This record gives sequence, structure tokens and C-alpha cells, in this order.
Amino acid sequence: MSADINQLQQTVSELLAEAKSQGASSAEAGVHGSQGLALTVRLGETETIEHTNDHGLGVTVYFDQRKGSANTTDLSPAAIKETVAAACRIAKYTSEDPAAGLADAELMAQDIPDLDLNHPWQIDTEQAIEIARECEDAARSYDPRINNSEGASVHTQNSLFVYGNSHGFIGGYPTTRHSLSCAVLAQEGEDMQRDYWYSSHRVPSELDSAQAVGVEAARRTVSRLGSRKIDTTECPILFKADLAPSLVRSLFGAIRGAAIYREASFLLDHLGEQIFPDWVKVDENPLLKRGIASAPFDNEGVATHPRNLVEEGILQGYILDSYAARKLNMQTTGNAGGVRNARITSTGETFEELLKQMDTGLLVTEMMGQGGSTVTGDYSRGAAGFWVENGEIQYPVEEITVAGNLKEMFMGLQAIGSDNQIPGSIDTGSWLINKMTVAGN
Amino acid sequence: MTDALDLARHTLLETPGLSENDLSRVMDKLLSHQVDAADVYFQYSRLESWVLDDGIIKEGNHSIEQGAGLRAISGEKTGFAYTDDLLLPQLLEAAGAARSIARAGQSGTQAIASLHNAPRLYAPINPLDSLSEELKLELMHKLDAEARSIDPRVKQVSVSMVAAHDTMLVMNNHGMLSGDVRPLIRMNVSVIVEHNGRREQAGSGGGARRTLDFFLEDDRALGYAREAVRQALVNLEAIDAPAGMLPVVLGAGWPGILLHEAVGHGLEGDFNRKGTSAFSGRIGEQVASPLCTVVDDGTLPDRRGSLSVDDEGTATENTVLIENGILKNYMQDTMNARLMGMAPTGNGRRESYAHLPMPRMTNTYMLAGKSDPEEIIASVDKGLYAVNFSGGQVDITSGKFVFSASEAYLIENGKIGAPVKGATLIGSGPEVMTQISMVGNNLELDSGVGTCGKEGQSVPVGVGQPTLKIDELTVGGTAT
Repeated sequence: MSADINQLQQTVSELLAEAKSQGASSAEAGVHGSQGLALTVRLGETETIEHTNDHGLGVTVYFDQRKGSANTTDLSPAAIKETVAAACRIAKYTSEDPAAGLADAELMAQDIPDLDLNHPWQIDTEQAIEIARECEDAARSYDPRINNSEGASVHTQNSLFVYGNSHGFIGGYPTTRHSLSCAVLAQEGEDMQRDYWYSSHRVPSELDSAQAVGVEAARRTVSRLGSRKIDTTECPILFKADLAPSLVRSLFGAIRGAAIYREASFLLDHLGEQIFPDWVKVDENPLLKRGIASAPFDNEGVATHPRNLVEEGILQGYILDSYAARKLNMQTTGNAGGVRNARITSTGETFEELLKQMDTGLLVTEMMGQGGSTVTGDYSRGAAGFWVENGEIQYPVEEITVAGNLKEMFMGLQAIGSDNQIPGSIDTGSWLINKMTVAGN
Repeated sequence: MTDALDLARHTLLETPGLSENDLSRVMDKLLSHQVDAADVYFQYSRLESWVLDDGIIKEGNHSIEQGAGLRAISGEKTGFAYTDDLLLPQLLEAAGAARSIARAGQSGTQAIASLHNAPRLYAPINPLDSLSEELKLELMHKLDAEARSIDPRVKQVSVSMVAAHDTMLVMNNHGMLSGDVRPLIRMNVSVIVEHNGRREQAGSGGGARRTLDFFLEDDRALGYAREAVRQALVNLEAIDAPAGMLPVVLGAGWPGILLHEAVGHGLEGDFNRKGTSAFSGRIGEQVASPLCTVVDDGTLPDRRGSLSVDDEGTATENTVLIENGILKNYMQDTMNARLMGMAPTGNGRRESYAHLPMPRMTNTYMLAGKSDPEEIIASVDKGLYAVNFSGGQVDITSGKFVFSASEAYLIENGKIGAPVKGATLIGSGPEVMTQISMVGNNLELDSGVGTCGKEGQSVPVGVGQPTLKIDELTVGGTAT
């Protein structure tokens, strides 16, 4: 690490002092540095070795209700002066905005809990290459139809980050993140398919084994061979656990402060309303130990707390930073920077039980394109997966779309499985939805 | 000093205090292992952005990014390291890290041996200072007022303006030094309309490698505001989109995103070298209907996707990818070209110094055909006419691609009918291209808004096409 936390804190203090001396009535600043290694082994040979090394600083100044911001990758003393000057120049031209400003001083995190986010991987390039090779080998030897590869990758990153503002708040902490991924191709006749799998964690020893990641990448790829298109129909849809978080992100997009105060959400005026069946509960825990999205304070220095977003299917709160909160005459929810570690309570079924419950319908294992509107809730995306009859997977399906409206999809939720495979920032199992339109032949 | 290479040398060597001798030392260090190719890429970028929302200038940001990326290649292996300090010790350290991909053992030494001055496709200017701040903000307010004045159903207007000034300098292991100064500007207007409790959103924008005067010419930016409102109001009337296979007529210009997804990515050299594309090994074969000629042209003056030289210092070209339906060429960077025994095509691009170059598109479009656009619509009994899109994605291995319509209409009995809600269209690239049965005589390029993502790297691109008809494509609506 070329910069230590004291240096970064020093830089933040200098930025804030410089902002004050250039006349800003208040200011906030952040500095980050990260170093890492990313490498890929393809067809048994090392393909790329990347040494990553990133720095940056950003400052936002306020002249009463006018705001300006600037950032740079240059951490030199000269750059600090210039960057603050650039932000101050911007603030000459922005408008008076009654909602602008720092979060309230009394909301700043008082003590910063150690969330156990820093676990450097003691690994050299040769060892990382070995892990990637073992992962790719496991995938390539899984099935004779696996005939090509995009390789297996190991990525490890150590980061430092410090945020401070003119309330006197300053805080920072180191984090690590490591991942292992693999993508392979399978062929049968003219049919060629690709799929991938990965594991990502703050703690290297918590990563899935190279063997497991490789085998899962291969299993997913081979299972897609022989995919066909199905006829256009309406049917129940089971979104596999690794795709279900994208539906949760659609929910978050619609209850973000900016979508609400701009009246650009299909969930406008739904606070306290039923948006899911009454068994659905969505919680956020930013203080989760070792959590991939954990943070002791948000991007404005506001202390984070576990909170409840949906209880008994009823929307309990919006996702707010201090700006959106002021626009809505509400209080910030400590969500500057987003939702950190969401958990959606499962109804307890295994994946197989969900298939049985669906009986006949479509299991979706991949989605393509954006295709969901936050404003209207209209939803239409490319998909691939498997046709299911009598609770049994029949054959792989591709080149189809699934469409509906998010509001109806949320209310039509039948069950959430206990089959989560990935400890990501959104913890949920597979989602069974009563009915959507599948477009195919 | 108006020569881009001289400007780049001044910004990236003289200003940080690096000499050409220093550059040679860094290259020598990269070449002190057994490498086949190496380059050093310097970059200094300034970017300014403004956001108008709720009728006020809410945000402004100024950003500086600088650094150098060093790459060493041995066979199919690449070593890469970068630094955000443009100082000799840090550059030498990064060179040491990058070269470790190759075995120890000298492959040579190399001083700067040639200067590559490619024809300039845009002026080496700084667009950030091309309008006063007062005029920039006045223009944004004007767009806000214009959008609101068109129709009382307009409830929200957001306007953004971005100007970037990007300077790059690259030296390769042959001693060739090449540089470029790349202006890039972009404006966007987004509106929300409301009527009887129904809300719809739409956006429109444009950009170029020009100064900000571009937006003032012929009231161009006012046109973005009008267009955003028009689309949003159309969507207020939209009915459910159909679900299933239908003939689809795509409008001219931005719907060229079809080509970007259906064939563009699949013709990038890296995927084809590795044999992972649905188009791998198919040069010389019929891959599209004989009506289709598709090019990737990085040489169009002032266009968003254009580059005088690519990020490896290769002059860009107008590369014919598909000619009368026959696959002619892939898009190449130097590494994939070398490994495939082909010539580079000026498609080696990177998001920044902190990313590795790879084959990327520039401006990808289909040449005009012979059909009258009205005749194309008249030929469809029951189908979809899609004129605006919000984005797309492709699986290059299976060839399946999607793109999402944001403005579309039913075609009934050869006539344009009711507008339908946004829907994703899905097809197989190689199949869809053979299903193109009519190509219009009205080639248009997009307005300068495209950004392409690949392996986590974003680069500006252009697309274009004439009106065209696809006999059958799956439309992902809800009306069955």
C-alpha cells in the first residue's frame, strides 16, 4: 500500500482547510487508495497479469446553498489546492438550492465500529495463477463438450478510504475484496454456449474452492446445450437465486429518494401501502460483520443502522440521503451511497420444492438488457432458462423475453426459496412469481 | 501550437518534467525481458459536467484524471501495470511489474524512432473553455424553459452537459510515438410527463468531438428538448406491446444499435482469435442478407465514435465488416491482429490508462439500400415499427442479443398505428441478419450519444443505419 490511513486523513484535513481558506461555508471530502492484482489463466496458460493501483480525491464545497464539486487522481499538494479551487469556481455558477448542504451534525457517526472488513490475501502471483489454473481445469475436465474457455480469474484488492466534513467528522477504514471467477464454452454440433460462475468475499478463506467455482461454471454451461425457443405464453416464472437480486434492485430504484421527490416512481405515494404479499420482509444491515456492502457510516458521515424497509409486505421507508430527505421533509436514512446488505426473508422452500410448487412454468437463469422502467414499472427483459413441467426441468430455453409490470410482479410473489448461493449485498433465494408473459415463437 | 502530437508531448512529457530519454529508459526496462510487444500510454483528461434539475443548476463537477499504463506482451500473455504519478521512478516501477509476464532476457532497447501524425478528424481543442460558464448555464435554462413551454403535461425536466478534454500519448516497442487531443461533448434532456395520473419518461440528446458551439448551431440543443417532450407524450398514449414473433421495421439512425449488438461485438478480433464468437472462422461466408453492407468507420470527422489514432497509435480506418452479406473482416487491435496474422484496423481502444486496450467498435453502421422508407412500412401487414431504443446487450457465443425499444408503434395494414409501451426485442445475431429483407435509402447516423461497455470498460461509440425490415423478430411485450 503506497498510502496509509494517516496520510489519507491528513489529505482530507488539508482539503477541508483549503476549502475554508478559499471561502467555503462548509465542505466535505473523500480520499481513496487501492492496490491489487487481477490475473486470468486461459486454456492452462497465464493470459493477463494486471497490477492495479488507484488513487483519487474528491471535494464538495458549499457557499451557503450553492454547491460545487471536483475530483482528481492526483494526490499531490498542488492538486489539493487546484481541486478545491475548481470546486469553488463551479459553486460560483450553481443555483441557490434550499435542500443543498451537509447532513446534520448530530447524525454523524460518533464511534466507528470495526466491521471486520479487512482481510488481505497473502498470495503471490504464482499462487494466484495456480488457483486460477485449478479452477479452469476443474471446469474444462467436467464434460467432454466443454471445448473452449474464456479463462478463470483471480482478483484481490486492498482499499483504504477516508471521508471528512466541516462538522469535524473524519473517519476511514481499510477493506479488502477478493474474487474467483470462471467462464467456459461448450459445443454440441452447431450449438455453442457460454456461461460463468464466481465467488466473491472480503475474506479469502471464505471464497468457494477453485474446484467448486470451476465445476459450477461448467455445469451451467453444459446445461444450456440444446436450448430452444418456446411458444409465446403466460405462465409462472421462477427467478433463480442469483438473478433475484436484480428484482430487489428494481424495488430499491423505485423507493430511492431521487425517484420519489422527482415523482418518477411507480411506487410514488406507496409509503405504508401493501406492495408485496403480507409474508414479505426486507431488512437492511449495514453493520453486518464481513458484509460485502457493510459500512459504519454512509457517504455523508451519517451513522448507519440496521433498518426495516418492508414489513408484512408494507413499504416502511424510502432510501434517503440528506438531500432527498430535505426535498421530502423527511430525515435521512443513512443511505447516501445506497442500500448496504439487504436481506429478504425466505418462505423456506428448497429450490426443488419451488419447482414442484410452480409445477409448470419457466425457470429463468439468465437475463439480458435493462428493460425495467422505474417510472411506470413496466418490465421486459431478454431471458434464458429451463422449461418446467410437473415440477421437473424439461429442457433449456433461450431467445425469449419475460414481461410484466413490477407492481403486479411484486404482489404476485408466491414464495422465496432458502437456496441462496451467493453471500452478496442482496441476500435472497429464488423468487416464484405467479404470472408473466413469455414471448417466443 | 496546433499539432495534436506536439500538444500531447507538451501536456504529458514536458509539463510533468519527463524527457524523451526518460521515455526510452522506461521502454528499455519493459524490453529487458523477452517480450514481443510493449507500449507506454500516457493520459491527461479534464472533464466538466453540469446538471439542471427542478429548474435550477443543481450540480457541477470538475474532474482531472492522469496517469500512465504500461503493457508488455509475450505471445498471448499480457502484463500490465499503471501509475497515476507521471514521474520516472513510478514509471520504472510499473515497467518492472508489467514485464514480469515474460521470461528474463533482453529483447532489445528502443528510443523514440518515429513520430506518427495521423490525419486529424477533429480539432485538438479544449471544449471546457469553448463557451463562458454564463452561456453554458443559459443554454441549459433555455432547454428547461423550452421543454416546459411545449406542453403543460411536462412535470419534470433534467438537463445535463458534459465536456471532456482528453490528451493521450503512446510509445510502442518500435519506437513509434503517437499522440492525440480528443474533445468530446454531450448534452441530454430528460423529461417526465403526467396526465390523469399516468406518468411517462423520455430523453433525448446529442454530442460530438467539437466545441460547445455545436449545441447552439441551428438550435440543435433546443431540438433535444423538443424531441424528449415529443417522445414522452407519445408514450402517454402507448398501449401494451405485442408478445411474439413479428415483422419489425427499424427506423433510421439510433436503431443501428441492432448492428452494434447483433454483429458488431461478435466481429471483434479478440473473441474470434479465441473462437468464442458465433462468427468465429466465418470470413468469406454469407452471414447476412445480400442487402447488407456493414462498416466500422473511425474516420468520420467530429463524430463521437471517431478517433484520429486509436489508443495504440494506429490510424483508424473505414473497415468493411460485411459486404453484400459476406463476412469480410474483423475489428482488430495490434495484439489480436498479430496473433491472427491479420492487419490492425485501428480498433485498439481502452477506457483509460488504467485499462488494457482491446478491439472495440468506433462508428458502426449499415450503408443505404434502395427502398423508400414508406414502401418498407407499407409492405408490412401486421408488425412493429421501432424508432428509438434505450440500450442493448449480446451473448457473443450463442449470438443472442437484446435491444430495448423506448418508442415503437404497431404497423397495421401497411400503416403506422398506435404507439406501444417499451419492450425488449430479442434475436440471434447471425439469424436476424439473414432476415433483413428491405433496406432503406435513408442512412442516418445517431446524434452522438452512444456508450459501449465491454469487460467493464466504457468507450464512446456511434451507430447508424437506414430504415430496415426484419421479417421476423421476437417482441417482448405483454399482449398475447
